[in-house]
Amino acid sequence: MRKIKEFAADFGWPRIIIFLFLVSLFIVAPFVGVSISRSLSDTLNRFGQNAILVLALVPMVQSGCGLNFGLPVGIIAGLLGSTIAMQLGLTGWLGFIGAVAICVPFGLLLGWLYGQLLNKVKGEEMTIAMYVGFSIVTFFSILWLLLPYSNPAMIWGYGGAGLRTTITLDNYWSKILNDFLAVRIGSGFVFPTGMILFFALCAFFVYLFFRTKTGTAMTAVGSNPDFARAGGVSSDKMRTVSVMLSTVLGGVGILVYQQSFGFIQLYQAPLYMAFPAVAALLIGGASVNKASMINVVVGTLLFQGILTMTPSVINSILQTDMSEVIRIVLSNGMILYALTRKTKVSK
Amino acid sequence: MTKRFDFKRFVADNVVVVIFLVLTAIATPISGLSANYIIQDIITRIGRNSFLVFSLILPVMAGMGLNFGMVLGAMAGEIGLIFAVDWGISGVWGLGFASLVGLPIAVALGWLCGSILNRAKGREMATGYIIGFFMDGVYQFAVLYLMGSLIPMRSLAITLSRGYGIRNTLNLDSVRQSLDNLAMVKVFGFNVPVATYLVVAALCVFIVWFRKTKLGQDMRAIGQDQGVSNASGIPVEKTRIIAIVVSTVLAMVGQIIFLQNMGNMATYNAHRQTGFFAVAAILVGGASVTKATIPNVFVGVVLLHLMYIVMPRAGAELFGSAQIGEYFRDAFSYGAIALALVLHAWRKRRGVEIDRAGLRRNTVSPDAKGGQA
Repeated sequence: MRKIKEFAADFGWPRIIIFLFLVSLFIVAPFVGVSISRSLSDTLNRFGQNAILVLALVPMVQSGCGLNFGLPVGIIAGLLGSTIAMQLGLTGWLGFIGAVAICVPFGLLLGWLYGQLLNKVKGEEMTIAMYVGFSIVTFFSILWLLLPYSNPAMIWGYGGAGLRTTITLDNYWSKILNDFLAVRIGSGFVFPTGMILFFALCAFFVYLFFRTKTGTAMTAVGSNPDFARAGGVSSDKMRTVSVMLSTVLGGVGILVYQQSFGFIQLYQAPLYMAFPAVAALLIGGASVNKASMINVVVGTLLFQGILTMTPSVINSILQTDMSEVIRIVLSNGMILYALTRKTKVSK
Repeated sequence: MTKRFDFKRFVADNVVVVIFLVLTAIATPISGLSANYIIQDIITRIGRNSFLVFSLILPVMAGMGLNFGMVLGAMAGEIGLIFAVDWGISGVWGLGFASLVGLPIAVALGWLCGSILNRAKGREMATGYIIGFFMDGVYQFAVLYLMGSLIPMRSLAITLSRGYGIRNTLNLDSVRQSLDNLAMVKVFGFNVPVATYLVVAALCVFIVWFRKTKLGQDMRAIGQDQGVSNASGIPVEKTRIIAIVVSTVLAMVGQIIFLQNMGNMATYNAHRQTGFFAVAAILVGGASVTKATIPNVFVGVVLLHLMYIVMPRAGAELFGSAQIGEYFRDAFSYGAIALALVLHAWRKRRGVEIDRAGLRRNTVSPDAKGGQA
């Protein structure tokens, strides 16, 4: 009995409750006419869609910069990548790889600037990151209108200037990762092999990175800055590297999201994109200053699972659409829980 | 040493205010709006918004940063107004009734918010922000599902056709501008809502008085140093909760004043931008995370709203698109908040380093600001 209690305390009660909630949703599903295979397929799809965005938060958490509410900085880099690749007329694999290749230097540059800023405001990163994210999204809203894009598939039909709010990726690289080696089982279930493989690859690289000398130094800076400095590690440099890595991953993450979703969303769309990612990571059991690959996988699966299941199942039971309320309360409740928890690792 | 006016220092200390001044000074002539129109609009907006902004002052005093959780108060005010409309109480009495209904809700929410913030010391602002999001979900649940089903509603005009839940837009005809029109006086051809201004003035007096009370002094002490305050017998946690409760209640009243001027209420969206506008206003007015005064509020409301009035028109004139002007002002408002927060954090760190250097050897220039600059 004590072991179970210890395990529960270790695992965190909110996570257990959310897990049980999700399991019960899956159990109830067939009785209210919701197809399990379809739901599983949707969950996996959304997992692949969002997992890299969640993964992008890990480096900054590890280096002690807190939860990266400034994820939109990376998302902007990704948007630049995909819009420029489209403008150049790249399609198919070339298009997606081109978008990633264009996004990376932008991510490195923006990440470097963003990292310099965060180094100046140690201890208050989270609120500032939030507003840096908001600022850059609104600032780029102006640029989307003014930059000289000319591909007719992207700009407004009338006036002939300014990018559309949503740009379809049909004929470009829509679902290119999803359909790669996709496995179809039965009528409803599709396993998006390519996308999951791509995430696994990214996660593996991040995992390897944290095994290297730089990665270890980064974790050291996050766990104990004074100790790290005594060991000859420059805390500012490590933090900058972590922010750059986080920003680039955010850019790649949105590209994967776009190809699965089928659209590029511009203007105000990225404004609040950091919050669901943060909630997913925290549901996975990460704290404000510790996160692992397991947290990313478990958290994204649980969070996206609930987002997939609540609209269909709860609506069939209650005959009303409560999923929005559940999503808001659940995701923000989780962030609150993590922010108020006394963490074992001191700052 | 005589205090010399140092222009460079002044600009450095008020860089956010200066940027906004320059920006609006450029945009105003471009917009081509008449001075009369702008002044009238500013007069209205001061009455409409300043009460909300004032609700931020107390938590800043208590060292809790900018209270993004004030959104909870706004929600309480909205629930009060829903009941006032539902019961058909019109005019100023309706507003009073709404405040009475909102009061217990605001106190409860404020207490909850304060307790949560006490568990998240050092990151109150980010936590407060998320509390706002969280409670938005709870508010939606209560208003969209409980009202009309569990909570009896009398008026069919405000409930959704399915029988429960409140409509997306609430028509506030019965209380529209009732406070503003209570004593509308024409001064030099401008309509001045004297009653609203009197309420705001009363709040100013309250804040000045409150600072001098025992409780106000305790709050300021806690804002300076929690450890020392605790050692000298001030109940730190309790006082912090009180600061948030008062702030939430003020935000509740502020939102009611705001909405009576607007005349209708987007039931599920009205509070979403409240925190952003209030925080942007007070920061644009030159306040920081640790220091906010009554002049900050007025300067901020005037500057921020001047920009909100002129920017879309200036954008239309310059770029041929009002949309660009709107993105411009949003970008600058978010940017102003980010800049103010960055400058504050940066100064604080520099201050700590100067303090440290001063401890080592007394070689720091006397000009350098130490501690919490």
